[in-house]
Amino acid sequence: MESDKPAKTESKATGSELEVVGSGFKANIKDELDLLKKKSSKENIREELENLKDPTRTQIYKSIFRVKHEPTPRSRSLGVLTNVFLHLHPAKINRDATRFSYTWGMGGITFYLFIVLTFTGILLMFYYHPTKGQAYRDILYLESDVPFGKLLRNMHRWAAHLMVITTWLHMFRVVLTGSYKTPREFNWCVGVLLLVLTLLLSFTGYLLPDDQLGFWAVTVGTNMARGTPGLGHEGPFGPQLGMTPYNDVRFALLGGSIVDANALLRSYIWHCIAIPVIASVLMAIHFWRVRKDGGISGPAPITLTSEMKSPGARAVKQSVK
Amino acid sequence: MDWGQLWTIASAPDNVPIVALLFLVPFFTWLGFRQARANDRLAETLEGDTALAKTHHRKTWPWKPHWTKEVHVWPFLLRVEFLATIIVTVLLFVWSITLNAPLEEPSNPNLTMNPSKAPWYFLGLQEMLVYFDPWIAGVVMPTLIIIGLMAFPYVDSNPLGVGYYTWKQRKVAVSAFCWGFLMWIALIFIGTFIRGPGWVWFWPGTTWDHNAAVYEVNRDLPVLFGIKTQPWQAVFGLVVVGAFYVIAGLVIHLVITWSKFEKKIFERTTMLQYLVFQFFAISILLSMPVKLLIRQVFRIKYVLLTPWFNI
Ligand code: HEM
Repeated sequence: MESDKPAKTESKATGSELEVVGSGFKANIKDELDLLKKKSSKENIREELENLKDPTRTQIYKSIFRVKHEPTPRSRSLGVLTNVFLHLHPAKINRDATRFSYTWGMGGITFYLFIVLTFTGILLMFYYHPTKGQAYRDILYLESDVPFGKLLRNMHRWAAHLMVITTWLHMFRVVLTGSYKTPREFNWCVGVLLLVLTLLLSFTGYLLPDDQLGFWAVTVGTNMARGTPGLGHEGPFGPQLGMTPYNDVRFALLGGSIVDANALLRSYIWHCIAIPVIASVLMAIHFWRVRKDGGISGPAPITLTSEMKSPGARAVKQSVK
Repeated sequence: MDWGQLWTIASAPDNVPIVALLFLVPFFTWLGFRQARANDRLAETLEGDTALAKTHHRKTWPWKPHWTKEVHVWPFLLRVEFLATIIVTVLLFVWSITLNAPLEEPSNPNLTMNPSKAPWYFLGLQEMLVYFDPWIAGVVMPTLIIIGLMAFPYVDSNPLGVGYYTWKQRKVAVSAFCWGFLMWIALIFIGTFIRGPGWVWFWPGTTWDHNAAVYEVNRDLPVLFGIKTQPWQAVFGLVVVGAFYVIAGLVIHLVITWSKFEKKIFERTTMLQYLVFQFFAISILLSMPVKLLIRQVFRIKYVLLTPWFNI
């Protein structure tokens, strides 16, 4: 087909427009017919099958991925940069940054666990009603009747626990590599918020089966809120400021003065909607900042103690700017 | 000895993460500090050899001049990430097939669980309830920890050690964080393995006794000193707490200005950075173990008694 093009433009350059279009069209059809005659239908089919073997040449593939996938630097870069999921990565990174021993992969694994939790969580939502009585029965139903229901529930549970662990280890790694230092201080703070949200996600989920374990854990947890200074009815200066069990911060958390139907509903909404949405936004900021702060901090060449610039030098540099 | 009790706790599916943590934290600590040691050695060599320092690529990993400094994300990083997701997925499947998430009886406000424990990652806070009143353990401490963590990068005035593992160049920052991390894990460990019904201390190897009568002697420091009336109890308590802050502050000051290098870093620290660091180091990193000690060893409950709150 490609070879037709120059011929067409040539004829366009000569005769009047209508004539050209007409004759070009006719010529095209003639060419196609000639081609068809030359090849047997068997050959045609074989050619189509050959194309299937290399799907990157099909129109469908090209329409989705936009760039060819070849082992060339250009193609490899474009493969990352033109893909909405991969473009959080730069095209190239520090050759040592791919080593497991530097990042331990913990941030990435934490993010992957968040995706697993979202996926399994949405599936669980199909079977769960956040109402007293029904909630517990839904869990029993999941465990005994829903195909793979037990696996689903287990996976959501264990992935949540694992995410808490990986978040801690990720933070530990960031400290050991000094990655929170300038210019990454702010991203560290976003990380701290993510840590808090991860813990709150786990905690709000704990109540949802509405069993003894969750009920008492949440009772113990929210009882602490009674003691909030100034805002809890048992906290320092709380009673003096007019706090009672019916208007303090614990009441706001539970939607009541005891852990009951309202608490279940509030937990559910925090757990399934509010916190995941906030966490997703913060993760977007977190990843964006990793890139904007110059990518992963290392592994960087080491600086020697004797090369430490005096604080005066820094001030001078800033004033020069 | 009743090791069955310990096994019952350790093998509860919900406690598997803590058992895992007992292996994971030492492993990753080892992994990090091994690289720190290697980097510190390299730094030492280069400090002694200025000619080499000028040409060396400054990493402990092999490097050849004709190697590019960067590699393509596709495929070199993506294949690692892909592999990691597969491994995590397989792990989750195995874990979910072999262990079931717990489900107790339906919730019943009239039937108290004993012991009723928070999920393991909050057991540190719950264990703190033994040493502090709920408003400190449940509200003030978590708030301080969150703010303290956020303040951490802003008070660390040491410019060295960005992007590589090191111990010698960042002793203060690394030990401050590790100390807090360790304490957090230790409290969780106590809450999980040692606390039984009634939140009583049961050593591993002993059986939980649901009728264990606890003769808790709750002594208050001012009373021990014969001060039984307000406002003198409050005044006495304030003096003691104030003295604690002063002494702890001096100790911390000594530690962070221990060596010549540490002094150099100290010179770069502004007054505000210094005070904020001192405040969080004393209020979180030191007050917690001190309160634990005077409670467990001397059976003293409160140090500061006021009409509104006690510490
Ligand atoms: C939901 C939780 C979190 C997710 C999904 C997450 C994800 C990530 C990812 C994927 C990276 C890239 C490097 C890596 O994989 O190590 C990263 C880097 C980083 N994270 Fe997180 N993170 C989370 C929580 C935290 C926490 C709790 C902190 C600290 C308190 C933190 C601080 C940082 C910092 C400072 C960097 C830059 C590190 C560097 O440049 O070497 N993050 N995070």
